[in-house]
Order: sequence, then structure tokens, then C-alpha cells
Amino acid sequence: MRQLFAFLIKYYFFFLFLFLEIIAFILIANNSYYQGARILNTANQLTGNVYETYNNIFDYLDLKENNKILAAENALLHAQIEQSYVKFTTGEIHVNDTTYKQQYKYIDAKIISNSTGKRNNYLMLNKGFNQGIRNNMAVVSPNGIVGIVNGVSANFSSVMSLLHTETKISAKLKKTNASGSVQWDGGSFKTGSLTDIPSHIKFKIGDSVITSGYSLDFPEGIMVGTIAYYKLNSNDNFYKIKINFSTDFNKLDYVYVIKNLFKDEQINLKELQHE
Amino acid sequence: MNSVYVRNLLRFIILILLQVLVFNNIHFRGYINPYIYIMFILLLPFEIPHWLLLISAFALGFGVDLFTDTMGMHTAASVFMAFCRPSVLRMISSTKDYEPGIYPGIKDLGFNWFFNYSVILVLLHHTVYFFLEVFTFHEFFYTFWRIVFSSFFTLLFIIIGQYLFYKKK
Repeated sequence: MRQLFAFLIKYYFFFLFLFLEIIAFILIANNSYYQGARILNTANQLTGNVYETYNNIFDYLDLKENNKILAAENALLHAQIEQSYVKFTTGEIHVNDTTYKQQYKYIDAKIISNSTGKRNNYLMLNKGFNQGIRNNMAVVSPNGIVGIVNGVSANFSSVMSLLHTETKISAKLKKTNASGSVQWDGGSFKTGSLTDIPSHIKFKIGDSVITSGYSLDFPEGIMVGTIAYYKLNSNDNFYKIKINFSTDFNKLDYVYVIKNLFKDEQINLKELQHE
Repeated sequence: MNSVYVRNLLRFIILILLQVLVFNNIHFRGYINPYIYIMFILLLPFEIPHWLLLISAFALGFGVDLFTDTMGMHTAASVFMAFCRPSVLRMISSTKDYEPGIYPGIKDLGFNWFFNYSVILVLLHHTVYFFLEVFTFHEFFYTFWRIVFSSFFTLLFIIIGQYLFYKKK
């Protein structure tokens, strides 16, 4: 026993190193997988507060840019409301308001930390469980999709960015409705790839790619990006497509978190399918 | 003696804040990011006991991890770097002995010594960190270039820092 202690003490540097590395690896293992991503709530609260103070200072510098984006979005929304349309026909079909039921609710949030430089990137938002944000909700910016909520604390939430190995978005070509999936393959945060588009589909460079609406979290028709480059090898059944993301991940400030009000119902139905 | 503790503690806090609030926003070319906080481990005094070296590296990495949602990765890389530090110090001899009162820096030991010392440790740290981050050897060369470029910028900033804050006598 004494010899064992002597041995441990003699090489304590190595054993302490081993011990600390084991703790570090346990931390990594507990935090790096996507669905089960747990964020230390207290830590989130602490770091969240530091980031929020920092952002309060630098918010001011981006006011001009943000105003521009908001104004542009307001203009777009104005164009969509009923008053903007002129009625050309009198024999129109009467549409009862109760035909429409709201499926998606938007919660606005501010990004308080963001990264684009890693292989797996996350963002942090200044709203959390108390403001109605839950796991797996979709996050979009005025320009396009941003990511998926993967951790929620009382007042902050963490978002797995589109710039992440595990993020795969179901998308389609706007013109032909051919669907595939969008993923980021590292490198520049401006481009990603679109896979599973079969070889008989026709499209050109610059065509829009939008969300397909097949997932429970993203509504249909949210902009993802535009086609930048494509290639079809003679033996392949699928195109190799590169797209430019419409979201500039380096300049994000305000985003919307989307809540699908029918999600529970859809999930229940899906479970029935499998039985 | 007290001032050594105070100075290192201050450096600890300032470097973590600098890292997460300033340097993590650099994103040079989208994916090259300098990690200057490891300067703390480089500049710890020579006579620091080994256990304190490891524990402070652990705390440093953990501090950065809390802010960047990379639980454990900076911690693992920093502890590894701290573990290698004594061996690296033994490996690169200097003309002066590592006597008490001399700090690892350009001021006391000269540019060449400091450069060799930091190149080795920065590369070790970045290699561990970037491979942990992707957790695969799949895109080996992509990761390899990220390590090389990020190390370059980390070193650049560390050496600039040396000239800014520790003027030569």
C-alpha cells in the first residue's frame, strides 16, 4: 500500500493530468451530441449575462444596418396584407375567416453570441423557456434559415446553427419542387451543398432553394439559398450541387424562432404511422 | 510573492474575456480563429508547482468552454498543453538558466527562445483542440490546414502582445 502511494506521489503529475483529461472528456461526451445536448443551466445563465452586457454596448453600432433590414421587412409585409391588393373581379368566392387557422407563431429574439469559425457552430439567443422557446424549434432570419434550437434555459437558448455537421435541412427547388437536403460541409460559412436531387431534374445557376415543409419544425417556403454550381457525373443518379446561403451568418443580429402550433398533433399522427 | 499571484489572476481573467469577446469574433476567412488565451499557460512562472500548472490550465480551458458552448474541448487541449510544458522547457535549453525571478518571455530570454517555446506548445494545443472539435480524421487535410493557419495567427498575436506589454530593457 505504501509503495502504491509512493508510486502515485512520484508520478502525480502524470496521474493528475490523466484525471483532469478524463473530466474534460466526460464533459465533451455529455455535451457534444445533438439531440441530447444539455447545457449547464447555471453556466448558460452566467455566460448569457456577460454576452448580453457586451451586446448592449455593441448593439448601438449596428443600429443603422438593423433599421435597414427591419424597414425592408416591413415593406415586404406591407405588400402582403389584404389592403395592398386591388380587387379586379366582383364575382369572387367568399372566404370565411375560420377556414384559416394559424399554424406557425413567430417569436423574435436577439442573438447574443454566434460563431462561424468552427466545424460545429452554435448561437445563443436572449430568450428561453420563460418566453416560450422549446427544443427543436426552427430559427430563421429575415434573409433565410439559421438553425434549430438545441438547448433551453430559463431566459436563454442555444441554437445549433446550419453551420454544423449534424444539421440537415429538408429543402426543395422553388421552381420544380424537387426535394433534397441541405448541409454545410465546412470551409466558408457562405456556401453549403444540396444533395439528393435526381439527375432528370432541370434547373440553372441562381435558382432559389427553399425549405420543403416536410419537417415538423420549418414552415414551407423559407429561403435557404441559391444554386451556385452544379455537376453531374455520367454514372451518378444525383447532382452534386453547391449553394450560396441566403443568410449571412456573420452579420446576424435579430432572428425569429418559429413555433409550430400543430406539432403535437403531427407527432401523434406520425406515431400512428409506425404502429 | 503576492504580486505574482495577483498578476497571473488578472491575466487569467483578462485573457478569457479578450478571447471570448474580441478574438472569437475574428473569423478570418470564415474558419481561422486565433486562440490567444493559451498565452496564460505560456507565461506562467517557471517555478510554478506542477499540480498548480495543471489545475490552472484546467480552470482556464473550462472558463473559455463555458462561453463558447464547446464543453470540455478547450479544457482538454489546455490541460494537455500544460502537461507538455515542463518537457518542452527541458527540451529547449536557453543560454540562461531558468532561475527564479526570470519569466518565460521575450524580455528575459530573447525572441528565439520564446518563439521556439511557443511554436511547439501552440501547435500541440491547436492540434488537440481542432481534432477534438471535428472528432474525426475524416476531413484530415481540412483540419490540418485549420490547425496550421490558426496557430500562425495565435503566435502572431502572442508575439505582438509580448512587444506591446513587456518592453525590452
